[in-house]
Amino acid sequence: MRKRLLAGLALAGAIALATTGCSGSASGSTGSTGSSTAGGGAAHKVITVGFAQTGSESGWRAANTQSMKDAFSEANGFKLIFNAADNKQEAQIAAVRSFINQGVDAIVIAPITVDGWDDVLKEAKAAKIPVILEDRTINVSDPSLYAAWVGDDFKKEGETAGAWAKQNATSPTNMVVLEGTTGSAPALDRATGFTAGSAGAPITTLASQTGNFTRADGKTVMEGFLQKYGNKIQMLFAQNDDMGLGALDAITAAGLTPGKDIKIVTIDATHDGLQALADGKFNYVVECNPLLGPQVSDLVKKVVAGQSVPKSQTATDLSFTQDQAKTALPSRKY
Amino acid sequence: MNAVMKHRLFWPVVVLLALILVNTLSRPSFVSITVQDGRLYGSLIDILRNSAPLMLVALGMTLVIATRGIDLSVGAVMAVSGAVALQIIQDSGDAANPSVLAVAIGAGLLAGLACGLWNGFLIAVLGIQPIIATLVLMLAGRGIALLITRGFITTINSDPYKFMAQGYVVGLPFAFYVSLAAIAIVAVIERRTALGVLTEAVGINPEASRLAGVRARGIIWGAYAASGLLAGFAGLLYSSNIMAADANAAGLYIELDAILAVVLGGTSLAGGTFSLAGTVVGVFTIQTLKSTITFLGVPPAVTPVFMAAVVVLVVLIQSSRFRRWVGRLGGRLSVRSAQPVERTEVAS
Repeated sequence: MRKRLLAGLALAGAIALATTGCSGSASGSTGSTGSSTAGGGAAHKVITVGFAQTGSESGWRAANTQSMKDAFSEANGFKLIFNAADNKQEAQIAAVRSFINQGVDAIVIAPITVDGWDDVLKEAKAAKIPVILEDRTINVSDPSLYAAWVGDDFKKEGETAGAWAKQNATSPTNMVVLEGTTGSAPALDRATGFTAGSAGAPITTLASQTGNFTRADGKTVMEGFLQKYGNKIQMLFAQNDDMGLGALDAITAAGLTPGKDIKIVTIDATHDGLQALADGKFNYVVECNPLLGPQVSDLVKKVVAGQSVPKSQTATDLSFTQDQAKTALPSRKY
Repeated sequence: MNAVMKHRLFWPVVVLLALILVNTLSRPSFVSITVQDGRLYGSLIDILRNSAPLMLVALGMTLVIATRGIDLSVGAVMAVSGAVALQIIQDSGDAANPSVLAVAIGAGLLAGLACGLWNGFLIAVLGIQPIIATLVLMLAGRGIALLITRGFITTINSDPYKFMAQGYVVGLPFAFYVSLAAIAIVAVIERRTALGVLTEAVGINPEASRLAGVRARGIIWGAYAASGLLAGFAGLLYSSNIMAADANAAGLYIELDAILAVVLGGTSLAGGTFSLAGTVVGVFTIQTLKSTITFLGVPPAVTPVFMAAVVVLVVLIQSSRFRRWVGRLGGRLSVRSAQPVERTEVAS
């Protein structure tokens, strides 16, 4: 009886492995921009790279992971060892340690938290393995512990959104804000950036509450705003697309038209967000680009070849109006 | 009057009314209900509509807690059922087809039921402690949901599906009728049959009730199955509300809200006697508290502290020992204030 149960479990496990394997390889065919072979000569040696991803908490992260897998493909001369740490830092540090033990050529980390990296990065340095940070930054005592950082500039995104708000608030405007998860770097930096970008505009912030970057909370909080202020609200700044998408239903239910009665500016530019923009429900969307793979793989090649690289690089974040969204949508990958 | 005050629902209801009063004082528009496009519109209606998922989950949690158990997996089960239903609808490519929707909803509910049966099996048959047994699914459930949605947020466009959480019947939200139906069904099954009494017996003393001939195993298993099924339905409502299966955010921390609703309603976590009406009041209290935060404009950074403070206050108000203590203290203070005593501060 017990043996049969075990056999059954093993079979189920095997099936699960097989199915995940399939979906992984099937989607790997999307061509990535191979980028210039930066190493100069002798670029035929396969570079083994360990990538410690945070986990799979959002659509943004899924797109980021896919971009990395595409860029670090075998066709591009890489062997990628991928690890997703389920948003637990100790698991991520363990993964980095195992990369060191396996003797990879380079390590890429999307750090879960800011602190606590000194020891493991010193071990990597002792093993002469370069470390490249992706997406988020870290605090370390010695900046030479990592070679470079590539990521999005949240503050700049907020500034771009703020500049649009300023441009469109020609008369006094009442605005409400849906903030991201309280205390997270994107929420803080986007808020600071927006304030800087919209400085001097006749915008009054009626209320600002957290929607935890989720659709459901964005919707509930927007309902509350609408009950409280009614049609006094003229503009909504949602710090990500999801919260803005959630707010749309609340606005419609209040008998108002999103995009007309309430102008909406959001950040992220996911596929759903751009769709809402193209449909005229959003008014302006600033991109937070998850497709960092090509930039990171370029950096890894240069670092492994011993070239000097800039310490920090930001991804190019576009921004979209309603018309631009219509043209951009068909070729959108995420 | 004394009989009213002694009723065990008296204090939970007082707390709920007090919350509504605070909101109304801060902004009278809180209680105003207007007609918008042939349906009622107002904060109170929003509370009725938005409380539906928590209501379903909390009803199931009440049954589980009555058996001296706990179900931590409800949030994850919501994520799974929503993911199953929406993935079926999305993959079918025909989101308005009634038979596709029926299959999707049926599969979502079945997924919830299966999760509940799994929990019940671990607890009632294998004898694993409820907190550990349901922790398994709490952790694994979101992973399963992510596997189903392939790591993305699955979105669909389907008016019939949207109706579940966002539709209106005779001016009131359809989701509210779902809550009412769930309350009625659970109340009839538990209170019009012997099941409720047997559940309480199992919760008060499993061993004694077994010796008295109560089939504790089946009753415990059934409670978890019901909790799973209700959480499955809550997951469908959640996904219908945002028309998306968000495996990471669906039902996040709802298990804590549900446990809180059950406790606010006067059901003891030690198991045994339970109050469905109390749970209903508890759910509305929590949902009202959430709108209070937006209405009073509590800054996001202090929201958790505000929530915690209100919850502590509410629990204290409901404690008869605390009320007696306050009464005595109040009496003593009024005596003391007549002759002030000088006090020296002691630094800690």
